[in-house]
Amino acid sequence: MSARERSPVLPLRLEDVSVVRHGQTLLDRVSLRLEGDGRTLLLGPNGAGKSLLMRVCHGLLAPTAGRVMYGASSLRTVEQRRRLAMVFQRPVLLRRSALANVLHALSVHGVPRRRRGQLAQEALALFSLQHLARRPARVLSGGEQQRLALARAWALAPDVVFLDEPTSALDPTSTQAVEQAVDRFRDAGVTVLMATHDLAQARRLADDVLFMCGGVLLEHTPAEAFFARPRTPEAAAFLRGDLVTGPFPRLVERLEEQCESQELDALQR
Amino acid sequence: MRITRIGRFTTLIGILMLAMSSAAVAAGGKFITLASTTSTQNSGLFDYLLPKFTEKTGVEVHVVAVGTGQALELGRRGDADVLLVHAPPAEKKFVNNGYGIDRRLVMYNDFVIVGPDSDPAGVAKADSAVKAFQMIASAKAPFASRGDDSGTNKKELQIWKAAGIKPSGSWYRELGSGMGATLNTAAGMDAYTLTDRGTWISFNNRQNLKILHEGDKILFNQYGSILVNPAKHKGLKTDLARVWHNWITSDEGQKVIASYRLKGQQLFFPDAR
Amino acid sequence: MMNVSYRSFRSIGGGVMHDVFPAAASLILGADPKLLGIVLLSLRISLTAVFIATLIGLPMGAALALYRFPGRSGAVVVLNALMGLPPVVAGLIIYLTLSRAGPLGSLGLLFTPTAMIVAQALIVLPIVAALTRQVIADLWEEYREQLESLGSSRLRAIPTLLWDARFSLITTVLAGFGRAAAEVGAVLIVGGNISGYTRVMTTAIALETSKGDLGLALALGVILIGLIMLVNGIAYGVGSVARRYYA
Repeated sequence: MSARERSPVLPLRLEDVSVVRHGQTLLDRVSLRLEGDGRTLLLGPNGAGKSLLMRVCHGLLAPTAGRVMYGASSLRTVEQRRRLAMVFQRPVLLRRSALANVLHALSVHGVPRRRRGQLAQEALALFSLQHLARRPARVLSGGEQQRLALARAWALAPDVVFLDEPTSALDPTSTQAVEQAVDRFRDAGVTVLMATHDLAQARRLADDVLFMCGGVLLEHTPAEAFFARPRTPEAAAFLRGDLVTGPFPRLVERLEEQCESQELDALQR
Repeated sequence: MRITRIGRFTTLIGILMLAMSSAAVAAGGKFITLASTTSTQNSGLFDYLLPKFTEKTGVEVHVVAVGTGQALELGRRGDADVLLVHAPPAEKKFVNNGYGIDRRLVMYNDFVIVGPDSDPAGVAKADSAVKAFQMIASAKAPFASRGDDSGTNKKELQIWKAAGIKPSGSWYRELGSGMGATLNTAAGMDAYTLTDRGTWISFNNRQNLKILHEGDKILFNQYGSILVNPAKHKGLKTDLARVWHNWITSDEGQKVIASYRLKGQQLFFPDAR
Repeated sequence: MMNVSYRSFRSIGGGVMHDVFPAAASLILGADPKLLGIVLLSLRISLTAVFIATLIGLPMGAALALYRFPGRSGAVVVLNALMGLPPVVAGLIIYLTLSRAGPLGSLGLLFTPTAMIVAQALIVLPIVAALTRQVIADLWEEYREQLESLGSSRLRAIPTLLWDARFSLITTVLAGFGRAAAEVGAVLIVGGNISGYTRVMTTAIALETSKGDLGLALALGVILIGLIMLVNGIAYGVGSVARRYYA
């Protein structure tokens, strides 16, 4: 635990971060602070801006206003970048074996060749994928692919891992396997920020809850308090199951899921 | 692991490439570039002549066979070391303009007028080549012209001029082709055409064509060898080219030319002085 | 334009049956050394040209796909258009360049196999580069976020994407080889069709046909078609492997 607190990228702070696109405000002056403890679940209806927020935290998107602070500074060096890992909703794997996918990530991270093999094998074994090491990654099942994405993130030894609705496309059995995999991160002291719109999953996993709706961060409370006594009416409605989609679902989804390169270019540094 | 697989594969291909290219370079040796005409090459003379020359002198001759016009252009640009062509007026102009030196007569062969069996223009009865052409023009019988500024083409135009005719109309087809292709077309079209005897003898696709007129002096085809002027271009192999130039005009070379037979007939008659 | 009579068609057909096919067959089956020499030279020239074009074209196409710079769209349009560069025009350009009267004349490369390799590489390069650009651009759309998330720079992403696209790229390279092996205009102009030195299958076919000597021409034609079919067969096989194992 104390080792995590000395991580150069924590605490991760957002200060009045906004993202405006096509005249629409998709993230509205979000401020938050992530310390090193446990699993923070990012909850909210579809189109609330959860994926956008994760990408801003990770550094994939530059905000239109406000700033993102990693530890003491707002600059994101290569070293710091390497301490943040992200797993996307649909796993993006290269056309090569499962093992080779992890090896590639290690190579990009600058890990010396001698050590790559061992680290990759360990990561696969930890997520029960070692028997699939030589299999082409793209013929694995959805759940196996997502576990592979997690193994890849694990091998990079990040301080923070962002998970963008990692089980929304999976069946219950695979979902359980992935949730167990996420446990490993938490057990190793890695800060986990996970977006989900699945209430039951949130109840199972959350230590902390960030609740968003319509691009606004409405609540940041410990899990127990959030589920028992939500402070905002939107949160209450969401917990009842009344609030399913937010104001700009289509626009936000388009931006998140397709990530058209020009838009990305425009939004990035 | 992936990297070593790629590495091995690429290395293998690279070695293969290198081996093949170095084989090419090694095969270089001493050689000159001779610009000549397609009809000369098609006669088979070079296949007979060149090995004897190379055996005697150790110099290889790379023959680029194109139309006479292009051969002279190659000489002008310095892309050949020596020329062997058959268009005396153009050759003289070439030398006068300073592009060539030491023009020497080498040998001659002749042209013949071929046409369809049926001979609609009655060419077989003509007593001169000029008369034959006049008959073809007045009958408007199909005539295949090479139309490619070659020696044969120049000879053809020379005859038309002597006949006082400017050939035009749908019966006169300018093909822009070599002699073989022109004969193919003439055979297919049942057309008249002018061809050198050598190409005719070795031509396999005659169909209904046959020789209808020959022997007229105007059909005489003189060959000349010209060295490309080294003063105009750097890097020409003029010394080696001179070896060839001297050999084909020497007694020995001339004897070899005379001894060449195509289907039992002598094609070229040496006349170097 | 030409009034080829029915009679002459029939006589050509008769000639083909009786003389040409047996002649061609005996040349192929008897492994005639002249024939072999021509075939080997053709392979050497086209393979080397494709190798060079690939070496330059793959990274060029990938860079064009990944990097943005002023005039990029223009460059892409020009590159795509150059895929259709007529081989004779490429040959003419190389000829004017390598001729003694031209800028690189002092190299003395005209009428050598090297000139032919250069000309064919020039023809194949736009094909490889343009198709690579297209393939890599599509892949970049797919992988960009993930690769950036891993911290990969664009430069670092180039070998990753090239390897990922290996099946499509192999097909592209094979297409380039097919184009090189089948063209006649460029190698004729810059090579000079010199017997035993720069005479390849296509130029030999042109020559033998113009001489009316169809036996050798047909034998070479059969081999050339066989080669093209082999290349296409390999491309198809590569495609099926890709589809089956890598989705």
